[in-house]
Amino acid sequence: MDNSFDVIIIGAGVTGCAVARELSRFDCSVLVIEKDEDVCCGTSKANSGIVHAGYDAKPGTLKAKMNIRGNELMPGLCQELDIPFKQIGSLVVCTDEANREGIDDLYARGITNEVPGMKILSAGEVKAIEPNISDDVVCALFAPTAGVICPFRLNIALAECAAQNGVEFKFDTKVTGIRSSGGVWEVDTGDAVYIARAVINAAGCHADDIHNLVSDKKLHITPRRGDYMLLDRSLDGFVKHVIFPQPTKMGKGILVTPTVHGNTIVGPTAVDIESKDEAPVTAEGLVKVQEGAVKNVKGLQLKQVITGFSGLRAHEDGGEFILEEADGCPGFFDCVGIESPGLTACPAIGEYMASLVSEKLALKQKDTWNGICKDVVKPVELPSEEREKLIKEYPEYGRIICRCETITEGEIIDAIRRPLGAKSLDGVKRRTRAGMGRCQGGFCSPRVMDILSRELGVALDSITKSGGNSKIVTGRTKDEG
Amino acid sequence: MKADIVIVGGGPAGLAAAIAAAKEDSNLNILILERDRELGGILNQCIHNGFGLHTFNEELTGPEYAARFEEQLDGLGIRYMLDTMVLDVASSVVTAVNSKEGVFTVDCGAVVLCMGCRERPRGALNIPGLRPAGVFTAGTAQRLVNIEGFMPGKEVVILGSGDIGLIMARRMTLEGAKVKAVCELMPYSGGLKRNIVQCLDDFDIPLLLSHTVIDIKGKERVTSVVIAEVDEKSKPVPGTEQEIACDTLLLSCGLIPENELSRSAGVKINPATNGPVVNESFETSIPGVFACGNVLHVHDLVDYVSEESGRAGRSAARFVKANKAEEGPVINIKNGNGVRYTVPSFVRLNELEDDLVIRFRSGNVYKDSYINVLFDGETKLHRRKQIITPGEMEQVILKKEELSGAPSEILIEITEN
Ligand SMILES: Cc1cc2nc3c(=O)[nH]c(=O)nc-3n(C[C@H](O)[C@H](O)[C@H](O)COP(=O)(O)OP(=O)(O)OC[C@H]3O[C@@H](n4cnc5c(N)ncnc54)[C@H](O)[C@@H]3O)c2cc1C
Ligand SMILES: Cc1cc2nc3c(=O)[nH]c(=O)nc-3n(C[C@H](O)[C@H](O)[C@H](O)COP(=O)(O)OP(=O)(O)OC[C@H]3O[C@@H](n4cnc5c(N)ncnc54)[C@H](O)[C@@H]3O)c2cc1C
Repeated sequence: MDNSFDVIIIGAGVTGCAVARELSRFDCSVLVIEKDEDVCCGTSKANSGIVHAGYDAKPGTLKAKMNIRGNELMPGLCQELDIPFKQIGSLVVCTDEANREGIDDLYARGITNEVPGMKILSAGEVKAIEPNISDDVVCALFAPTAGVICPFRLNIALAECAAQNGVEFKFDTKVTGIRSSGGVWEVDTGDAVYIARAVINAAGCHADDIHNLVSDKKLHITPRRGDYMLLDRSLDGFVKHVIFPQPTKMGKGILVTPTVHGNTIVGPTAVDIESKDEAPVTAEGLVKVQEGAVKNVKGLQLKQVITGFSGLRAHEDGGEFILEEADGCPGFFDCVGIESPGLTACPAIGEYMASLVSEKLALKQKDTWNGICKDVVKPVELPSEEREKLIKEYPEYGRIICRCETITEGEIIDAIRRPLGAKSLDGVKRRTRAGMGRCQGGFCSPRVMDILSRELGVALDSITKSGGNSKIVTGRTKDEG
Repeated sequence: MKADIVIVGGGPAGLAAAIAAAKEDSNLNILILERDRELGGILNQCIHNGFGLHTFNEELTGPEYAARFEEQLDGLGIRYMLDTMVLDVASSVVTAVNSKEGVFTVDCGAVVLCMGCRERPRGALNIPGLRPAGVFTAGTAQRLVNIEGFMPGKEVVILGSGDIGLIMARRMTLEGAKVKAVCELMPYSGGLKRNIVQCLDDFDIPLLLSHTVIDIKGKERVTSVVIAEVDEKSKPVPGTEQEIACDTLLLSCGLIPENELSRSAGVKINPATNGPVVNESFETSIPGVFACGNVLHVHDLVDYVSEESGRAGRSAARFVKANKAEEGPVINIKNGNGVRYTVPSFVRLNELEDDLVIRFRSGNVYKDSYINVLFDGETKLHRRKQIITPGEMEQVILKKEELSGAPSEILIEITEN
């Protein structure tokens, strides 16, 4: 295999994949190197899934610019890539008369950042559109351009689209060293060395380590953990907007929002931790989440929890997105400190980084480029005649595997067979939602394992939850052994 | 498609309901819709003995017990469709999907809901820690071992002392795994006494009451869990933490009746059981829609499922034939002291078969206590019980004649004396 590329991207989260897709418009060879088994295994898999309106970020910062531009690009991108996105609007709720000014400040900031359509709503107006809001509500900042998105589909679709336009991906491959040598970069992954004219560092929480391999101007990321609770879809409609408390120094606080799939999500906390790889949910975190939730929303049935999870924000000491060619490292580009609103910003970051790199390498746009990508076909979402036709032609679309989310065998097979297809239970789950429902895979995981084993042609006991050593079973029983 | 009675779910409840309905009236057109690849429900993975003691006076395995019912279907002309998932239920039409027919509807005279239950997963228990492979509900592990022939792990801690967990403790041990402990949050076990003796004591597996799991470690696969004692409020007691090295955590922390279909149909649900509110005929708040088995309330013994489902099936048959008795007195059944719920919730006297079986569970452990049945405040039955626990379903049976006075209320309670 030829190990030389024009561009190597380190990290297959939303940042790396958004940059990959934008670069795939140009005539160049691109390799994405990812240490985990799949795309969307880092922070991009564990966040609130909010497309922020952009009133939070300090005016003039890259965070503000990328947020606003990302928000603007998102609806079009979601159309092109078939990504579930609902622009339901957000409310920052003030529940203490003494803090009313904070809402005015936020509004003013939003105006400077050019956030469209914002309004400050009175308590009565808030109650009218959000009946279960706390009785303590004083006023709220309403931003109609905020929305909720499926973060998995966003990440996966960006990657699939890049792949469809020629970008290569290497999984289970960790970058351990980077050297500049004769005008190119050598990227070392332990058992191979890849050569590139440009390197893009999109390594999430590890982006400081990657940067520090090449630059003398050291960066430092603190992983900031956020715990969540996800509630059952039976509560669909209980809240209608993304509901934030007023922000603090540690972040935007504990929100309550419907997800794009009709679950309710509550969280996150914000705690600085040591490990960049392990994000355990903590008992204290779950307590904080619950306390935070009931401050703004009354009568929320937290007993309907179906799972808890946590994610790590890549908080750089400067608190700003670092999107630039690293000092004294021509051709080495950083995307460092991509904490919230990184998901919202990713289309903008992709656009911006691709412009920096294409200029540097004097890349030409391709004549043909296909920016459209379809999601796995979901029979439940089809009109009944189309569903009929699909099942007639492919009976596996009539065989329900995941009962809670009504996911068929056909969808699971598609998720496995498509480019950059699923290789593990989590991979199937993030592409189809099989196992994401109220029983959390209790019924369907043995059957999904069967399908994975059949489709991938591997033994059932080698199937993993999420790659590496995360095997589901440890061997045969005595009778079968 | 058309059928007189559609049975949703072909587990023991569905099978017994179908058979009883067919026996009530052999002309009825009865259709069972089952989403799995075979009939029998949970019984298929229960290869241990212990089924049918009450019904057949022998100890059968789960699949043997189910087979006793399945072999009657053909003779009675009962149709069934496998790999067929019911998507929607209304009183006279059921919508389902499978790979042959696609999405289809069945017009019907009555529906019997027999969807069983699911297990409470890790997420619903708010167990802190990482999310590696190796955390299973006990039933999923049971399926992997007994049906797929694979071991979920080698060194096991079990959280929750529900019956499935107890049975899996034994099963995993017999398969060569080491079960290090069974932790139970409550000060008493949630399982049947006989399972504690036969599945734990006989294998020297410690049952740690008032203990819970407070952390799960391991990035890819479980490497250990941390357990701790809990106080009366179920809060972990600092200083009692113990880390146990293991590769597997099994959860046996309760079953939840699968009532999503019932809820969207508009059936009234009893918050104490998470199952439909039913009358003596196992009819829900929607006329012509019946419910029985684990979807109604969680049972420990399949024999009771079969018995109750038989009544539900016969009632459905009578409903279809519009064999309605004249309206008569209605008796409400009330939960008294110590009683969490009763099934049924009320009785229409004229519709009652020869006796009334009231099943219920206590909310706590009671030793040397009494079960009392009061008719309009007057004690009718005062029965001593050595032990009453939430893990074992209780019942009282009243003959129809005993009810002839038509009290307006029957109260069931548990008292010390
Ligand atoms: C709790 C929480 C809530 C959030 N909520 C929101 C929100 O609502 N809206 C929003 O806009 N943003 C939100 N964010 C921010 C958003 O999730 C992130 O900004 C975004 O996902 C970052 O994507 P990324 O691609 O930069 O990082 P990641 O998704 O972490 O991707 C980095 C990838 O690099 C790989 N990698 C690392 N080191 C190496 C190496 N040496 N070799 C190879 N590969 C490597 C990793 O495995 C990983 O896959 C939230 C973040 C958190 C933590
Ligand atoms: C692990 C375990 C061990 C047990 N051990 C014993 C024992 O030793 N002795 C004993 O007497 N009892 C035992 N029991 C109890 C007994 O097995 C159960 O009470 C009994 O199986 C309940 O029967 P059911 O028909 O209500 O539910 P299930 O057996 O769960 O059957 C429900 C059926 O409905 C189907 N279904 C659900 N939704 C749909 C839908 N939408 N469309 C189509 N089909 C659907 C399901 O696929 C399933 O087949 C045990 C139970 C379990 C779980």
